[in-house]
Amino acid sequence: MGQHIQIQQHDFSVDEIYTAMRQEYGSEVGAVASFVGLVRDRNAAAGDGGDVQTLTLEHYPGMTEKSIQKILDHAEERWPLLAIHVVHRVGTMAPSEQIVLVMVASAHRDAAFAGAQYVMDCLKTEAVFWKNEQSDLGQGWVESTHADKIRAKQWDN
Amino acid sequence: MSQNSVIKSEVQVDVKFFASLREQVGTAELQISASNLEALLNALRAHLSEPGFELLLSPNIRLAVNQDLVEGNWREASLVFASGDEVAFLPPVTGG
Repeated sequence: MGQHIQIQQHDFSVDEIYTAMRQEYGSEVGAVASFVGLVRDRNAAAGDGGDVQTLTLEHYPGMTEKSIQKILDHAEERWPLLAIHVVHRVGTMAPSEQIVLVMVASAHRDAAFAGAQYVMDCLKTEAVFWKNEQSDLGQGWVESTHADKIRAKQWDN
Repeated sequence: MSQNSVIKSEVQVDVKFFASLREQVGTAELQISASNLEALLNALRAHLSEPGFELLLSPNIRLAVNQDLVEGNWREASLVFASGDEVAFLPPVTGG
């Protein structure tokens, strides 16, 4: 299976990645599922605090890539996937900018949908990134949510 | 063997703190002489402020050695370090 992991500051083009995936994996591919995460303007760190002006993502170079690699290896063990492409941005972003892309190719839609959802759920709880929100009221680290942990845990069975 | 040569042979580890922990501890990186986890924690207790050190022991903090997470409760693990090992304290991740 093809694994592509990109950690970068700059934005990405879903079209370009999709086109490249179709070219590389050809007519074996019957289904491509993709998820794009965007920066919201609602403040999570301060609860009812001000609107988010910028969001900054910190990572641990080297370990972050390894943590994503493990998630993709597990996805590959569970579903018959042809390719997974993950792009995760770091640095400072404004609301409505793209943060993350998960694109999964398979012969059939079930594996593509499930694989993409699994990878995204695990990115939330296992990939080594930290979000810091900046608003009118100052800055704050986003806390991990219980809901995200439960979502990821559901895949254990 | 003189006392001096013993000191020179000590194991130096590279300790890293990230995100909220980096801010609360007040530094991103420290060079610490410690050949095992117990020695490392003792050294950090001496180096850091008391609230900063206590934060490292919080239940939700994970430890990575050379960029691999320590499985289970790292506080009870018997970890032995070699010189140049990278030991990182990680607050709960919030990517995606």
